[in-house]
Amino acid sequence: MRVAVIVFPGSNCDRDCLHVCRAVLGWEAIACWHREALPSAVDLVILPGGFSYGDYLRTGALAALSPIMGDVRRFAAGGGHVLGICNGFQILCEAGLLPGALRINRDLLFHCEEVALHVERRDTAFSSACPERIVLPIAHREGNYVAGGETLRRLEEERRVVFRYEQDVNGAANRIAGIINEGGNVLGLMPHPERASEPLLGSTGGLSVFASLAAAVAA
Amino acid sequence: MNLAAAITPDLVAGHGLRPAEFDSIVQALGRDPTLVELGIYSVMWSEHCAYKHSRPLLRTLPTRGERVVVGPGENAGVIDIGGGLCVAFKMESHNHPSAVEPYQGAATGVGGILRDIFTMGARPIALLDNLRFGEPDAPHMRHLIEGVVEGIAGYGNCVGVPTVGGDIMFDPGHAGNILVNVMCVGLVRTEHIRRGQAHGPGNAVLYFGSPTGRDGIHGATFASGELSEEALERRSAVQVGDPFMGKRILECTLELIERGLVVGIQDMGAAGLTCSTCEMAGRAGTGIEIDLDRVPQRAPAMSAYEILLSESQERMLAVCEQTRLAEVLEVCERWECGGVVIGQVTGSGRVEVHHRGEVVASIPANHLTHGAPVYHPPEAAPAAPEEFDLPPVLPGEDFKTALLALLASPTIASKRWAYRRYDHMVQIATVLRPGDADAAVLRLPGPGEPRFLAVTSGGNHRLVARDPRAGAALAVLEAARNLVCTGAQPLAITNCLNFGSPERPEVFGQLRRAIEGIAGACRALDIPVTGGNVSLYNESGGVAIPPTPIIGMVGLIEREEHITRPGWREPGDVIYVLGDPAAGLGGSELAKYLVGGDLPGVTPRGPLPPIAIDREVALLDAVRSAILAGLIRSAHDVSDGGLAVTLAECCLLSRGGHGAWIHETPDGDLALTLFGELPPRVVVSVRPADARAFEALISARGVACAEIGLVGLPGLRCADQAAISHSEMQQAHETPPWESLR
Repeated sequence: MRVAVIVFPGSNCDRDCLHVCRAVLGWEAIACWHREALPSAVDLVILPGGFSYGDYLRTGALAALSPIMGDVRRFAAGGGHVLGICNGFQILCEAGLLPGALRINRDLLFHCEEVALHVERRDTAFSSACPERIVLPIAHREGNYVAGGETLRRLEEERRVVFRYEQDVNGAANRIAGIINEGGNVLGLMPHPERASEPLLGSTGGLSVFASLAAAVAA
Repeated sequence: MNLAAAITPDLVAGHGLRPAEFDSIVQALGRDPTLVELGIYSVMWSEHCAYKHSRPLLRTLPTRGERVVVGPGENAGVIDIGGGLCVAFKMESHNHPSAVEPYQGAATGVGGILRDIFTMGARPIALLDNLRFGEPDAPHMRHLIEGVVEGIAGYGNCVGVPTVGGDIMFDPGHAGNILVNVMCVGLVRTEHIRRGQAHGPGNAVLYFGSPTGRDGIHGATFASGELSEEALERRSAVQVGDPFMGKRILECTLELIERGLVVGIQDMGAAGLTCSTCEMAGRAGTGIEIDLDRVPQRAPAMSAYEILLSESQERMLAVCEQTRLAEVLEVCERWECGGVVIGQVTGSGRVEVHHRGEVVASIPANHLTHGAPVYHPPEAAPAAPEEFDLPPVLPGEDFKTALLALLASPTIASKRWAYRRYDHMVQIATVLRPGDADAAVLRLPGPGEPRFLAVTSGGNHRLVARDPRAGAALAVLEAARNLVCTGAQPLAITNCLNFGSPERPEVFGQLRRAIEGIAGACRALDIPVTGGNVSLYNESGGVAIPPTPIIGMVGLIEREEHITRPGWREPGDVIYVLGDPAAGLGGSELAKYLVGGDLPGVTPRGPLPPIAIDREVALLDAVRSAILAGLIRSAHDVSDGGLAVTLAECCLLSRGGHGAWIHETPDGDLALTLFGELPPRVVVSVRPADARAFEALISARGVACAEIGLVGLPGLRCADQAAISHSEMQQAHETPPWESLR
């Protein structure tokens, strides 16, 4: 498994993702600066969490225009797996790789805590190894997913909501925590699987997301 | 500004300089200072930079130790934790800016302490905040609380450094002058430690980060006739932070250092460009020559005075070899941090500043950094705390009501309302999170079996107010107890001394005694002080705050199995209290509740019970030995609210939801036993099979050890008192401060 973790100015979970990929999963993981080209022959691209461009303008809006995003778009169009975590999800929405947007939480506050997620389907590249319910940490102020009525209806009809909050944690439409694109190869996920991948840190719910990806790539 | 302005006595006084200080300046320069030079001296010889009142006292602190790599005087202290790894840590105050503009005041406090750490070459891995507010229902207080918490979150979350600890206390004495103390801990490999020293005449002086603006210019008190009205209107009183630039200069600085591209480096914090150039030259015994025309500026037509004294945030000054400049600028460009050479290191011993073709300042660096006078103001013994009569039984209250009220009181209640707004998990190293235990525990990187760093910061000013010497020593001992209860060995402390005006004899008396108390406790524990900060003149309406020394401490846990939590583990485990019996209620939360509860603004009085430091050190040693021997299942420090609150917290933090049945409350006054906070004690639980070995180990160290009950069904039952359910305790404990039952 060969993974590229994209580093934008202001990304701050890039090192965490690299650590989990390398030290926990034993994958080859490459930090890829946003002005460089995407490395060749990668199996997975991770857009990590953080505050790319300081969240100026709108979360993810500036990073979506970064040079690397052209390569990411082509990679996704070719069927490559892309995982956008937290700010990564916001960037994917701004880049048009996923529908909708992430607004400020309903209570206008940042939330850092563990939340329970229902895994809506377990036949995707990101969830095949997940149990029905996983607990992952969230850490965001803009995680309140919103989309137009038609888009939401399509997302639900096409079963593209993969992860759903058990409780309403931030006001997200339909309690959406993570969605995939039409091709099923791009996932945006507000909670942080990389923060729940080692028993020492309290939970391992995130490992099942990475295990799913390993299986999908091997298939 | 008129550079040739006559330097009048009024102008000197307006810069906060005394006539004798001015004479010393004239003597060092051999002439009258220019206005720019006067401004430079004004900030460099301010209490904040020069410690004029506190330096002789601070010298009495123990600062040596075999682990100390960098002691006081640099941007942060550094200790060696083995394996080629060092810990840099430091604490700073941002009290006055936070009182004026809580969000930006707190945010730039976080930004400033982060810079102090990464300037040393260390990657920041943790932030802690110690906040002191008035009672939550005091006027404007909720605005201040919300603003400060949002400011800390806004900066720390964005930069990606977890906020893992600290404390928050509410006291009428801080209503007019809130305190925002911020601590940062960083990790650095020994070979990457850098200092703020400008070595090597001929080396380039590089400026990177944000451009310089007119914000936060010291001398807001400065004779306004010298500045145009227009300029005054444009000047903001508090600096504005940009965490995105903070993150970029962090990464840029660490990359420059790791690649060996800088000789010395310093951030521009208080007093900005002035302080960083003078200190770097002063420490290295060299000179620096800079040209202000090259300094990036974000406002038009700034004067030399404004450029030099601006406190614009997120700016760095580095000294680099000329031959490596191209590489340096390439790193700066990559992180989009600017990067401009503004001068060079000289051998002249002077700080020389050019602007628009003129020399606007030329000062001996050493005189600026080391020439500030030291004052020994008159001091008075602090007034003895008045005795008070606490009703012998809880008046009209039973145990349950009192305990639930204390659990819901703002200082004791859960701080989840604050720390859930802080990203405390980023960097995926937080093993014990805020609210989990007495201290935060972080995984250290490195090959092999993981090791752990435990960090804590706090200090109960109510104890210091009653007895500055004993209270400050108790703050050090509590920090040590917090670390020991998680299984750590305490290694070193930093501190932030928040006091009123040292020119008040009783305040200077408090300061001296508090420093003596810290020094005594550190000697008894054999741990050094590696740095700190002094914040004086914390007053409002002519009244000083309660003396508030905050202690930050770091410790090491060598093995994962030594990490200890406060929550009960298994039903049937035996509960012990270690330490001498409670001996008084002076300064306790119960006293505040009973005496002050119905009378807002009344602070409970009463002296502290006597403290024997050697007994406290023995207690720490006993707990740690028992943890290392694998004899302790859980450990929790007895602090605010006494034994009863501690037992309740052990129930609330039990992952299995276990409760406690306390069958034995030592004889005597129930209020004293259950709610007394001193002398310090520790509650532990032990496997029944280990009970005998545990008791033997503890008593061999001469530490009092009382078996008081068993871990059992959910809830807390204390002898014949009414049982309290888990949910009752939880509900009370989760009360946000502005909804407390006062």
